[in-house]
Amino acid sequence: MTQFEPQILAFACHYCAYAAADLAGSMRVQYPPNVKIIHLPCSGKVDVIHLLRAFERGVDGVFVAG
Amino acid sequence: MPNETHSPVGAALVVGGGIAGVQASIDLANAGIKVYLAEKSPAIGGKMAQLDKTFPTNDCAICIISPKLAECARHPNVTILTNAQIEGLEGEAGNFIARVRQTPRYVDLERCTACDDCTEACPIHLPDEYNEGLKERVAIYRPYPQAVPSAYAITKRGTSPCKNACPADTSAQGYVALIAQRRYAEALEVVREYNPFPATVGRVCHHPCETDCNRGKVDEPVAICALKRFVADYVYEHDLDGTAESASAIKPSPRASDKPVAIVGAGPAGLSAAHFLSRMGYPVTIFEALPVAGGMMRVGIPAYRLPRDVLDREIQNILNLGVDLELNTPIRNINNLFEQGFRAIFLAIGAHEPQKLGIPGEDVEGVFHGVPFLRSVALGETPPLGKNVLVVGGGNTAIDTARTALRLGVEHAAIVYRRNREAMPANSWEVDEAEHEGVRLELLANPVEVLSENRHVTGVRCIRMRLGDLDRSGRPRPVPIEGSEFVLECDSMVAAVAQAPEISFLDPDHNLEVTRYGTFKVDAKTLATNRPGIFAGGDAAKGPGALIEAIAAGRRGALSIDRYLQGQPLLTPREEIPLPVAELTDEEIREVFESGRASPGPRVTLPTRSVEERLEGFSEVELTLSEEDALREAQRCLECGICSECHRCVVACKADAIDHQQAPADLALSVGAVILATGYSLYNPEHAQEYGFGRYPNVVTAMQYERLLSASGPTGGRVQRPSDGSEAKRIAWLQCVGSRDQQHDYCSSVCCMYATKEALLTLEHVHGADCHVFMMDMRAFSKGFDAYFARAQEQGITYHRCRISSLKEDPKTRNLAITYTNDDGTLKEADFDLVVLSVGMEIPQETREMAEVLDITAGPSGFVTPRPFHPVETGRPGVFVCGALSEPKDIPDSVVEASGAAAAALEVIGRARGTQITARVLPPETPVTPTQEPRIGVFVCSCGSNIAGVVDVAEVTQYAASLPNVVHAENTTYTCSPDSLKVIKERILEHELNRVVVASCTPRTHEPLFRETIREAGLNPYLFEMANIRDQCSWVHSQDSTAATEKSKLLVRMAVSRARLLEPLYTQGQSLFHSALVVGGGIAGMTAALSLAEQGFPVYLVERTGRLGGLAANWTRGIGGGNPSDYISGLAARVRAHPDIEVFLETRVVKTQGFIGNFQTTVAGSDEPRQRMLEHGVTIIATGGLEYRGPVYKLGEHPAVVTQGDLEELLAQLEAGAQPDHNLLKPAAQVAVVQCVGPWDEDPAQEFYCSRICCATALKNALRIKALNPEAMLLVLYKDIRTYGMHESLYTDARRAGVLFVRMDEQHKPRLDATNGHLHLEAYDAGIGESLEMQPDMLVLSTAMLPAEGSAALAETFKFSCTLEGFFAEAHVKLRPVDFPAEGLFLCGAAHYPKTLEESIAQARAAAARAAGVLSKDVLQVGGVVAEVDPALCTGCLTCVRICPYDAPRINPTLVGIGGIQGAAEIKAAACQGCGLCAAECPAGAIRLMHYKDEQVLAKVEALLTAG
Repeated sequence: MTQFEPQILAFACHYCAYAAADLAGSMRVQYPPNVKIIHLPCSGKVDVIHLLRAFERGVDGVFVAG
Repeated sequence: MPNETHSPVGAALVVGGGIAGVQASIDLANAGIKVYLAEKSPAIGGKMAQLDKTFPTNDCAICIISPKLAECARHPNVTILTNAQIEGLEGEAGNFIARVRQTPRYVDLERCTACDDCTEACPIHLPDEYNEGLKERVAIYRPYPQAVPSAYAITKRGTSPCKNACPADTSAQGYVALIAQRRYAEALEVVREYNPFPATVGRVCHHPCETDCNRGKVDEPVAICALKRFVADYVYEHDLDGTAESASAIKPSPRASDKPVAIVGAGPAGLSAAHFLSRMGYPVTIFEALPVAGGMMRVGIPAYRLPRDVLDREIQNILNLGVDLELNTPIRNINNLFEQGFRAIFLAIGAHEPQKLGIPGEDVEGVFHGVPFLRSVALGETPPLGKNVLVVGGGNTAIDTARTALRLGVEHAAIVYRRNREAMPANSWEVDEAEHEGVRLELLANPVEVLSENRHVTGVRCIRMRLGDLDRSGRPRPVPIEGSEFVLECDSMVAAVAQAPEISFLDPDHNLEVTRYGTFKVDAKTLATNRPGIFAGGDAAKGPGALIEAIAAGRRGALSIDRYLQGQPLLTPREEIPLPVAELTDEEIREVFESGRASPGPRVTLPTRSVEERLEGFSEVELTLSEEDALREAQRCLECGICSECHRCVVACKADAIDHQQAPADLALSVGAVILATGYSLYNPEHAQEYGFGRYPNVVTAMQYERLLSASGPTGGRVQRPSDGSEAKRIAWLQCVGSRDQQHDYCSSVCCMYATKEALLTLEHVHGADCHVFMMDMRAFSKGFDAYFARAQEQGITYHRCRISSLKEDPKTRNLAITYTNDDGTLKEADFDLVVLSVGMEIPQETREMAEVLDITAGPSGFVTPRPFHPVETGRPGVFVCGALSEPKDIPDSVVEASGAAAAALEVIGRARGTQITARVLPPETPVTPTQEPRIGVFVCSCGSNIAGVVDVAEVTQYAASLPNVVHAENTTYTCSPDSLKVIKERILEHELNRVVVASCTPRTHEPLFRETIREAGLNPYLFEMANIRDQCSWVHSQDSTAATEKSKLLVRMAVSRARLLEPLYTQGQSLFHSALVVGGGIAGMTAALSLAEQGFPVYLVERTGRLGGLAANWTRGIGGGNPSDYISGLAARVRAHPDIEVFLETRVVKTQGFIGNFQTTVAGSDEPRQRMLEHGVTIIATGGLEYRGPVYKLGEHPAVVTQGDLEELLAQLEAGAQPDHNLLKPAAQVAVVQCVGPWDEDPAQEFYCSRICCATALKNALRIKALNPEAMLLVLYKDIRTYGMHESLYTDARRAGVLFVRMDEQHKPRLDATNGHLHLEAYDAGIGESLEMQPDMLVLSTAMLPAEGSAALAETFKFSCTLEGFFAEAHVKLRPVDFPAEGLFLCGAAHYPKTLEESIAQARAAAARAAGVLSKDVLQVGGVVAEVDPALCTGCLTCVRICPYDAPRINPTLVGIGGIQGAAEIKAAACQGCGLCAAECPAGAIRLMHYKDEQVLAKVEALLTAG
């Protein structure tokens, strides 16, 4: 049996969380490739519809970071 | 004042790129001023960029400063000059010439893509300044990951002495560093960059590099020459460079040029020139008269010093580059060479003509000459020597001759030389070896006649010499001693005294200038002769010299010929202005050893062959170092130059961005004003030995601790002890290190709070951490600070009010034992894992020198302290100061002053706004409509190897091409390089692209650049999308190429999906009122009004009371000196007289509406009908503060109880001589002062806050009382004395004057009784734990400052949020301290928080600068990424109105909402910040955020999950 690999979608604020992801890059911090990031101007822009649509389409976890 | 005769220059220079300099630059630039921002380091950001978090909000420092730095760098009106320092300032306010020296960063800012490939290549390690030495970096670096400009720079201390001493400029430090890292092939490449004969030179060089080596100051020089030989032999032996004779790997250099070059002479100079020219791509032909190549290397140097196979290999390597060699071809006619088609000529014919002794009998048999003798031996002949050879001369030729003779079998060899041994030109070690081998020296003897029999030499008559006066060469002249003649017998004699070039064989029409020594006359630096295209070098130009000098000439000749043929200047900037030589100080040498960067071991012993073995033939005398010895020896290098100039970075940089030939540039900038914001340096605690810093590894500075806390720091945010890497749990902070002591009569203002912050953050980082702060006073004097301090105590941080007695390290555990006095007076000891020194601020020496150069007066501590009431001004008109340079201060105060300084500059040059700015001209936009088919171009970036090293970019590109609507996909090495940007523009036109996707790095840094690029090709900038496949794929999944590639494809698909739905967005110009409303007529309001009016903007100044002046109008002595009353009345007079200011007294604001640029505010007089509607573009709130006068301590009941405000007025009278019989003046008058009195004394439920100015005010007034009545007894009851910054000197002065201080206890407040009419005060002294009683003649209460009357109502009118105390809340505590969250509204003075008059003035000017940034615009550009309401869907529920932090949505009653209901929301584009909060919250789905519409965001979600 293959191990369960959750698909994670992250909504990241331009000013903080997205910047943090960039810093993780420049520091070469390694994290699993099944995390995908969508850039938003502010985490306040995240609408319930975005989260629900992601789950509806099969994402296993949504991470809102801001 | 501006120069009246010339109009001012609309440009300014800001010196210092920390947060203050950046803020001042942005404010000036926004107001239409051209700004030069000169920063001495390679990146802006200053100290703030080093911090982990900021107090009291614990915001991430870099997160909040980064956008500001980016804004500054991208601002079209700002030019950032890095590595720049001001060196002079001429002229006057409005018209200065600022002289700025910019030292090179050696990396081209335009070309550098910050890909980081260079750092891997660099062999030089040094302490990383950004991480305060807790980590190392390499010499080529970017100061920190988010640095602006995002480009690398190289640290050079100077030219290393070895390189400087080398005639060929060889980067010896470079190859030594690479050897130390076992990078042998690269090390040899470094040598070859200067010298194609590494193995040859490594054997025979006279190595002046070693003579100058700084290591020689410590013990012995590094064995540089032996290392060169080692690496050459090692590489050849292991064929690491693929040049073995058997190897076919060697390829001729590609012919980049079709201009052939002729070289005359195949000696070291000629062959070297051929080597370099051939590598540059020139077709080269060498013409050699002899039957062999190599010149003196072959026919001068004997084989026992230079084995022939070594030389052959190195010559062959050169010929293998494709060089044509014509042997036996003497050139007589130079002009013929040009006729044959050669475009340039290098003459390197050497010096092969022997000089005769010029004594009788010299032409008999058995007399030879050195150079021909050695030549014949080298060519395989055996000269007919006898058994007893006498050699005349003292140079290397003489030594070589004698040693060669021994090897040819002679029995005796002797050398006659006219001077002493020290004066012998031969290398001393060669003389030693000759003696070892049995050569006899006859020194201080000179031949006078050759004796012979039958025309064959039998001996030489010599005369003894003595040393006389110095001759022209600087050596003692040998003088013959009369009658000392003697005979040396011999059967052969070799005269080896000198050789000379022989150029008489040339046809006389060469027309070349010749020196009196018979050499070609050339330019010493470029080797150019008098004829264009002809260069000459080596012995033929300089006279006989060392091998390395000939090689140097060959390289120089090649460089000059290349530049000549390319029509470039023959010298580079660096060659014109060389770097200084890096001489190390003892301190610097010590530091290198302490850091472990150089090994302390002794110099290696060079291996040699035994004498017996040597004399058997011509086998080599000196041997190669073992690898082990070589490595050890290489590690002895002190890395003097820092950058070793090994040029590995040049090889690594695919963007061709590195240029070691840059030189300093001197700029003369025409500016109207200068702002100095150079900041501070941290106190070096090594100067305070008692703290053990530098000796005990677990004692760190607070800045080092910031780096330990930082996730991007050396430990990734783990609080590890430097000694052993274990987690520190018990941590102590020692306050006031380098502050408030004998040398520093000032408080550094920030340390109490940063220590508290660090302790609080430690609790988050370390489970179960135990944090202790040792301090004298807690100086939590600013907005929100006391609450922060209270939180720290609640969370368990322990504060001790004491200075420590001692600090000692346990050498075993490396723990630190601190002895201190406990609160109960007992001596206690505690053990800590880590001790943090809260180091204070100092002004560095270089800043003091700058102040001197600029003719700016600085105080004794170096701070440029302004005059009272002129907080941002220096003594020189037009030159302003801000930030910690004027006084220690925190970030918000620095930002406030920065804006204040900008306003002060604008008052001088503001009217010249726009005159130095050039607008960019862009082509018209191609219309793109939603109905048009998307035509997407995708550019996949390799980022050098940063992406391509992990991600299969070809596959990603191919995949991109297969996606719907993608009509073009392309891989580029660096998509952001100027070449690639040009490609993008070409492709847009070629393929009629209407969307562009770049798959590269982060939109945070690169989106603006790409947007600009597509706009330049006529595309709307919003038709652009990025996929971050570097930061989110290659860098973070570097261990898994396949997964990284797959994810990259996915991110590209998501980006393409979204790109399809992108729409063009436009901004519109919105007109605005170019006037301001200032509310409040105190010192802040008047200052702001006057500043704007001076800049040419009309101002309405509204004051609630009947007079201008505010709270301080009657005070006669300021905390910082001066007479506030006089100043304020003068200010009021200027305000009233100013034609652009309209003053409204006894007037209130009753209503306001509108948005930035377009406000309408209704004001009313005390009699209601007098209403008036004012239209203005900006609003400044300066409503000030109010002294608390609550019913506490019998205030208002007993006449002897007064506030500091009352005392101000009383002292003013007493000082003026009124009331000479006042109680205060009577002998032994007793005065008690109680600090920190406020609403909390009335109602314990009220939260305490510090009113910031009361401590300094109390001490100032105490000193005034002492001055009036020295016998008065003054007792100050305090909680903490908070005389921050320069106010500390008031505390020092008060203690000196005998003022008594008693620390109160929170639990035991003073008790006042006045039952019998006399005051009776009982106070608990927390220092000694006992109560004391007194009957003061006067009780002075230092009461809190409250927000002004009417503040609450005003907050309601303007929808301001307030602090608990009722002061107005700014947009951001740290970086937007004078802005309200809503655009166009600004805040200053005590309405923001209690502050000194100077601080109010600075903040008032700051508000004026921020306001000017708005008012300076002809129109406001609004729109773009903003929210829009579809009124037909709006229910008018007010959700958006309530939720918007920027006050952008309003209900417009004229719009029709859902179901025909009147009234719908409308969002003013000018006020919208594009956060999208309203769009997400709108229950009706009526609001959409442009560029992030739901379908545009969801396109990415869908694309992610429909993955095939």
